[in-house]
Amino acid sequence: MNKNPAFKKYYRKGMVQLYLLALIPLTFVIIFNYVPMFGILLAFKDYSIRKGILGSSWAGLKYFKQLFNTPIFPTILKNTIILSLQSLIIGFPFPILLALAFNEIKNARFKKTLQTISFAPFFISTVVVISIVNQIFSYRYGVVNEALNLLGKESINFIGLPEFFRPAYVWSGIWQNAGYGSVLYIAALSGVDVSLYEAAALDGANRFQRVIHVDLPCIAPTIIISLILNTGNILSLGFEKVYLMQNSVNYGVSETIATYVYKTGITQAQFSFSTAVGLFNAVVNCIILILVNTFADKISGTSLF
Amino acid sequence: MQKRIKLSKEDRIYLGIVYLFLGIFTVCTLYPLIYVVSCSFSSPEALVQGRVFFLPVEPGLQGYRAVLNNTRVWRGYLNTIIYTVFGTVLGVMVTIIGAYVLSRKEFPPRKVLTAIFMVTIFFGGGTIPTYLWLNNMKMLNTIWAIILPGAFNVWLAVVGRTFIQSSIPEELFEATSLDGGDYIQYFSRVVIPLAKPILAVLALNFALGHWNSYYSALLYLNDASKYPLQIVLRDILIQNTVDLTNVVGVDVNNALHNQYLSELLKYSLIIVSSLPLLIVYPFIQKYFIKGVMIGSVKG
Repeated sequence: MNKNPAFKKYYRKGMVQLYLLALIPLTFVIIFNYVPMFGILLAFKDYSIRKGILGSSWAGLKYFKQLFNTPIFPTILKNTIILSLQSLIIGFPFPILLALAFNEIKNARFKKTLQTISFAPFFISTVVVISIVNQIFSYRYGVVNEALNLLGKESINFIGLPEFFRPAYVWSGIWQNAGYGSVLYIAALSGVDVSLYEAAALDGANRFQRVIHVDLPCIAPTIIISLILNTGNILSLGFEKVYLMQNSVNYGVSETIATYVYKTGITQAQFSFSTAVGLFNAVVNCIILILVNTFADKISGTSLF
Repeated sequence: MQKRIKLSKEDRIYLGIVYLFLGIFTVCTLYPLIYVVSCSFSSPEALVQGRVFFLPVEPGLQGYRAVLNNTRVWRGYLNTIIYTVFGTVLGVMVTIIGAYVLSRKEFPPRKVLTAIFMVTIFFGGGTIPTYLWLNNMKMLNTIWAIILPGAFNVWLAVVGRTFIQSSIPEELFEATSLDGGDYIQYFSRVVIPLAKPILAVLALNFALGHWNSYYSALLYLNDASKYPLQIVLRDILIQNTVDLTNVVGVDVNNALHNQYLSELLKYSLIIVSSLPLLIVYPFIQKYFIKGVMIGSVKG
């Protein structure tokens, strides 16, 4: 640091400005993130709008008991877990494969072009992505059914098939995000030391072995960190997309915790109950995050905290 | 220096698989987009009879004319532009200030502040408490519920902090201080001009988020005249609320044609709403890549 006394005196005096500046983002975080956290109290109270959160009487664990006794609870929990796991198991490795594949292209221009194409769906909104899925797989006018008809097959009402919901959710997610998701790994791969490749070549490794023994170990820390982050969100599935894809036919597989919170809370105004549902979700998330983080730390020495 | 090494058999098989994978991936990425574009320029009859597979059939602009005549779409467009512009300006200002404060190593509460910010990435009040709190503050059904809650983005603030620390030499701070400049002057006269690349990263991330967002509007707005484009799109594209058959006459042929037209309108609407982004993204994608790269340095 600077030893100049004038500078030092000055720098203490000016510090108040930094405090003032810090107040701006801090205010936002307090108002929009921390105050709502106190709203979690709602889950333990019989909320009445007139009395407010603090004035309402305590309900104890009533709403949690209500949740566990709700007939649909096992279904929405199962749906949430299955959908998250499928997204994770299929969706997580895909950008890594894509990055490894891009990495094999030697022609820089060709690589750039393919990467740009892979990026396009990232800029399209979820609403539009889902409607593209609906249009392409539409029973009456969809191109997939037109193609089936040309092959002499009957049209299939995909959107009305409950079995269609999960693959459509997972693969449209990959379509939308794989290109963007691969950027992280492409960056990590560009940092691999070239001398490692030369050493591998001297040892007689072919390209595939080079990927297994050089590329993957080098990007392993990046993979593990993003795996932990992804797993931490395992139950906080995007509400938006599920809600958009939900219809009366696939309800049995598409009703998840988030859509249930929305319906009971916003639509039916059962504020305490739906806050309890949301809190249950958050606690499970938190436990999973800690477990995965500990596990990753034990196995690989890489962890988030 | 470039040597041409003859590829071994294994290598050729491996590369073959890689290129096959990339080929399938690229086709799967592009085809839906090309199909939607082609449909949007076809005639309603060609579309409904399933004659469009790759290129437009009986090309025309009927779908686009139908979109042009839809006032809801234009109001949605206007609302989205308003939310995007104000949301982006506000978001960039609040976030870059946070980034600057976190970048000053001599600022005593820097670590505490970072922790306070980071906690919000993992924990929140949840949908309902946030909703009730916004209701309490009389923000529901106003632009504030759309642009204020996300204005400080912690992830982008960390990206900004990393950029400021690694790209703006500390000597500039000392020089500014010795010239009598204070923290605010250093921020406005040195950091901001030198942080332009990162301001672009922040601005584009905020803008893309607002342009494509429908979640907060669905939760917090209930006045149809305030709906952004994405809500209008959801109503028309997914819930099929546009029914042109009622609008024009009872003539059977006309009714049928209008039913076809409302199907065509969907494709044109997808293009009208996504086109601005699809045109500019090849030029701005580098800023999103940059954001990911800087963010991954210290996540």
